[in-house]
Amino acid sequence: MSAAQRLRTMGQLRLWEVAVWILLLALPLLLPTHALLISEITIIALFAMSLDLILGYAGIVSLGHAAFFGMGAYNAALFAKHLNPDPLTGLVVAMAFSGVLGAVCSLGVLRGSDLTRIMVTLGVALLLQELANKLDGLTGGADGLQGVVMGPVFGHFEFDLFGQTAAWYALGITLLVFVMLRRLVHSPLGYSLQAIRDNRLRALAIGIPVHARLVVIYTLSAALAGLAGGLQAQTTGFASLDVFGFDRSADVLLMLVIGGTGWLWGGLIGAVVFKTLHSVISAWTPQYWTFWLGLFLVLLMMVGRERLLRPWGWGRKS
Amino acid sequence: MNSRLLVVSLGLVFSLGAHLAQAQEAFKIGLILPMTGPSASTGKQIEAAARLYMVQNGDKVAGRKIELIIKDDGGVPDATKRMAQELVVNDKVGVLSGFGLTPLALATAPIATQSKTPMVVMAAATSSITEASPFIIRTSFTLPQCAVAMGDWAPKNGLKRVVTLVSDYGPGIDAERYFKERMQLNSAQVVESLRVPLRNPDFAPFLQKVRDLKPDALFVFVPSGAGAAVMKQFLERGMDKAGIKLIGTGDLTDDDQLNDMGDGALGVVTAHHYSAAHPSALNKKFVDAFKKANNGLRPNFMAVGGYDGMRVIYEALKNTKGGQGGGEALLAAMKGQIFESPRGQIFIDAQTRDIVQSIYLRKVERKEGQLYNVEFDVIKDMKDPGKAK
Amino acid sequence: MLTLLFDGVAYGMLLFILAIGLAVTLGLMNFINLAHGAFAMAGGYTTVLLMQHAGLPFLVCVPLAFVVTALLGGVMEFTLYRRMYDKPHLDQVLFSIGLTFMAVALVDFFVGSTQQLIQLPEFLKGRTELWDGALGMGHYRLAIILVCLVLALVLQRLLVRTRFGAQLRASVDNQRVASGMGIHVHKIFLSTFAVGSGLAGLGGALGAEVLGLDPTFPLKYMIYFLIVVAVGGTSTLSGPLLAALLLGIADVAGKYYVPKLGAFIVYSLMILILMWRPQGLFSRDGQ
Repeated sequence: MSAAQRLRTMGQLRLWEVAVWILLLALPLLLPTHALLISEITIIALFAMSLDLILGYAGIVSLGHAAFFGMGAYNAALFAKHLNPDPLTGLVVAMAFSGVLGAVCSLGVLRGSDLTRIMVTLGVALLLQELANKLDGLTGGADGLQGVVMGPVFGHFEFDLFGQTAAWYALGITLLVFVMLRRLVHSPLGYSLQAIRDNRLRALAIGIPVHARLVVIYTLSAALAGLAGGLQAQTTGFASLDVFGFDRSADVLLMLVIGGTGWLWGGLIGAVVFKTLHSVISAWTPQYWTFWLGLFLVLLMMVGRERLLRPWGWGRKS
Repeated sequence: MNSRLLVVSLGLVFSLGAHLAQAQEAFKIGLILPMTGPSASTGKQIEAAARLYMVQNGDKVAGRKIELIIKDDGGVPDATKRMAQELVVNDKVGVLSGFGLTPLALATAPIATQSKTPMVVMAAATSSITEASPFIIRTSFTLPQCAVAMGDWAPKNGLKRVVTLVSDYGPGIDAERYFKERMQLNSAQVVESLRVPLRNPDFAPFLQKVRDLKPDALFVFVPSGAGAAVMKQFLERGMDKAGIKLIGTGDLTDDDQLNDMGDGALGVVTAHHYSAAHPSALNKKFVDAFKKANNGLRPNFMAVGGYDGMRVIYEALKNTKGGQGGGEALLAAMKGQIFESPRGQIFIDAQTRDIVQSIYLRKVERKEGQLYNVEFDVIKDMKDPGKAK
Repeated sequence: MLTLLFDGVAYGMLLFILAIGLAVTLGLMNFINLAHGAFAMAGGYTTVLLMQHAGLPFLVCVPLAFVVTALLGGVMEFTLYRRMYDKPHLDQVLFSIGLTFMAVALVDFFVGSTQQLIQLPEFLKGRTELWDGALGMGHYRLAIILVCLVLALVLQRLLVRTRFGAQLRASVDNQRVASGMGIHVHKIFLSTFAVGSGLAGLGGALGAEVLGLDPTFPLKYMIYFLIVVAVGGTSTLSGPLLAALLLGIADVAGKYYVPKLGAFIVYSLMILILMWRPQGLFSRDGQ
């Protein structure tokens, strides 16, 4: 294959990826009792993918990505409750609001050190959580937003107690996003972002409009996080203050790190590994799961993140 | 053949058939509690009480083995809802129970309705919870019950100008509203209503504001566990010396924390449905057994809610012969139960499915070297005022 | 009014003592240590446990909290943190979050999750009213202000007048050159980290009465420490001090005058300040 051909086809899905996706889409059929877990993992994977855009591809460390997730969740829930229970329209609304918020916040993460970025992102998430708490006439405050009843998807598929519709809905949307993102990161925009991540000064020097690109990617990332949040609100029929929580931001960051940043599968793999670990350990010790999670984190960071995916490297000094 | 022989042989056939056909499997009770996070003490108390009930009453009812499945939702409503769904769909529980906070119960209500599973609320205390689903039964209490009791007591005892301080969520707002209305009914005044955020509350500035308003008393509602912080700040600001009396619902002087609050808590008057010092034989037995099984931990009102909740489930199972007739029959058997609980006599109202119980007025006193809420007055058989509207 | 100002100052001073270790660690080792709150919690619990089980008086337990936490910090620096200095910030953040989770779970397991209550000695319990109640000073808060002021002055002397302080400042400015001049940078790191953690422990012990103490303490208050450091900058001592005072007063006043907004004010203020001056309000260096 010539270089030009290779460049052109890089954005397309490989055969093995298509196979994996077919398997994923078949999961709600193969494991019907776990449909709830499947949709939960899928939604978190989507959330992690959106974080990958800014972390893996643009190098922005964010401890507050849940701000956009939560924004999407509440908007979708409120839209369904007061205006129109159609799920797909709700998702578009969620994405729009989160995207706007992302564009505004991107101004705060452009300058400053890593610590400043962490603080600003964290601050925004906490701020939104407070806001949602105070506007309890609208959001239900600490009690959460009740009474969200979704209409059927495409006017035909009702959300059932077993969660099958929800699982397929979530999987379908995530697949679409995955394909779109794959195209994006192998486009000129995507490559310029990687250049910015690797060396911002150099990127500036060769004329890449760094700030503009960062604003674009942050907005997109926020919109996708809002999409994930909207899915969450729609499939669970509920939105509460914890969608903005620090735990959520920290967990998704961890998942992405486990799965590996900078390649879109990281989000999905990380979500699966994390949730499986969580289920297994929680069944055994429900109260102290955070201890094992913490230990896992400490060991992983000390050993080195990349090592997780390359076990043959363990034992050798890097 | 007399009818007794008939019944016995039928019974034998049934249980034999059950063993053979494996139709009478274990009856599973899903208990969803916050075992981690800020409400972890609630989860701990209820779990201990539920286990105590099972130890005292055996794990077999009407021929079925009882299996208690405990899940930790960490106080996060998303998790509660998901766990409830999994319990119903995957584990096929016959009853959902627990629910440490109002948002957790409200989130789960649609699941109970959709799957026709009775839901026993053992802790949450907002009035509107029982209206969220026709399958909800409550064995805890409601804030309006306590707030109204206090709203009657305060004006009668010279406290005519009161400031309210509540946590900003369902039960807190209930407490504030019903206290205020009752006070106004009794020609007394609520000078100001302050609301503190539920998470990370910092009471200092709020209490300073109260100090500056110089009322006769401060009425407080905070969730179980936060009472100590309020008490400390109250004393530190010298508010007791400034002539402001501290009153509130019993969550303020939670038995779980009361003994560690020190002498500053003496004399605080609260209204609540349970005190570990309640002078009944049944309660003494309960408290002793609980302490023995839990390293000397004193049971609080959460524990009694869990204990009575288990009783309601067990009795309903007995009355439906092991849960025959599904969720609806079980629910019907839960409604209208009337029995003596460690707190006093209680009654599950058949119409509202809410709890009817006596509300006591208590004062913190030192007994046998420890601090207790000592009851000095009672309002018997109080229905939830929130339903009367 | 005046009482509010007094409360705010007390709160701010406490935050300063709690956060100064974090500021120095960040400035010196360029390490974002989110586990700092866990050290504060350790100090608090040391005090509580010693008081409850060993019956030691409060005034003895507080310095002990400092010592114990400093030792803990030293050990952890030597064994764990040292390996993480060269890693990217993301790794450091996740590492320290992991440590925090472990600390929270350990405390929950061994001590339980209820709020820990401290019984202060009698002479600290009172309250003095001046000017007919316009200024009410709780004795404990007064003590906190005094102790923290003394500590701040001691730290200042340490930094400016001692050899160690000079070596520390040199290492913060340029590690490589300092090392080249014969300064044992690793020893400086170790002792600074230990002292910083010890101060956090001291703050936790002092703060147990005012801020409350339960296993979720690190997660609740971490944001405040970070605000102090981010806004105050890491290159001076007075920067975090002023930032802490600002934060303390803004928080207390906000909750008093506009209780509906509560913590909202603090977060908005922080975001605005950081957007305007990303290197902190009082920092010397630009970026």
